[in-house]
Amino acid sequence: MNLETLVEALGLKCKCCWEKLKNTQVRGGYAGDLLSDVMANSSAGDIWVTRQVHQNIVAVASLKDLAGIVVVQGASPDKDTLERAGKEGIPILVTDMAKFEVVGRIYRLLSEG
Amino acid sequence: MSGDDLSESLEGIYHIQGRDFVDAGIVSSEVKKSLQGKGIPESIIRRIAVITFEAEINIISYAQQGTIQLFIEPDAVIIEANDMGPGIADIDLALQEGYSTADDSIRELGFGAGMGLCNIRKFSDIFELTSEVGQGTHLKSIVKLNG
Repeated sequence: MNLETLVEALGLKCKCCWEKLKNTQVRGGYAGDLLSDVMANSSAGDIWVTRQVHQNIVAVASLKDLAGIVVVQGASPDKDTLERAGKEGIPILVTDMAKFEVVGRIYRLLSEG
Repeated sequence: MSGDDLSESLEGIYHIQGRDFVDAGIVSSEVKKSLQGKGIPESIIRRIAVITFEAEINIISYAQQGTIQLFIEPDAVIIEANDMGPGIADIDLALQEGYSTADDSIRELGFGAGMGLCNIRKFSDIFELTSEVGQGTHLKSIVKLNG
């Protein structure tokens, strides 16, 4: 599924790299706020759901070739985070939904193909 | 494979400043970029990215400063991390998943979960960790290129 379809289906707001959504494929997902956990257990092409907002999340997503980051619960990514995401080309998406709901919806979407 | 003299395969030396969480991940990104375009599989590059990121975070979290050295041999990539820091008194304990001496400022950033060294060991084919309390820590990780 491409990232643009996922963003529209969930009504996510795109804070960075909207131009990459159409051509980014989402192959799976991972949820977590511990960066070492995400480093160890996420896979390339995953959409990452987190409550973390500081710029180190961009490094993790970039190093693991993740499809993008969904920041939940209405949290605002730091200005530095968005700047770094722009440089690295990592889409940052935000939503007021809680992590549980976001993960459930993404899981269903990906399962349905 | 890798003899003691690695000087000919040195690809880069990267300096890391302790407590500089703003730039965390920069060195790992540079290492990743320098490995790309050399015919190394992406899955192996991602393993090395995890190793360098965790080594970088450890230096930033605990040491005054340190270096990461990257060596590319015909059959392996070698990452060496050296720091001037407090050292590790009990390496077996430090390698237990979940054990951490991180303070709250580190944990608030999503680090310090006691997973870093375990991740490095997990993603390495050969892993060596030595340390002297009050002096610093030396880490050597070897990732084989041909399984």
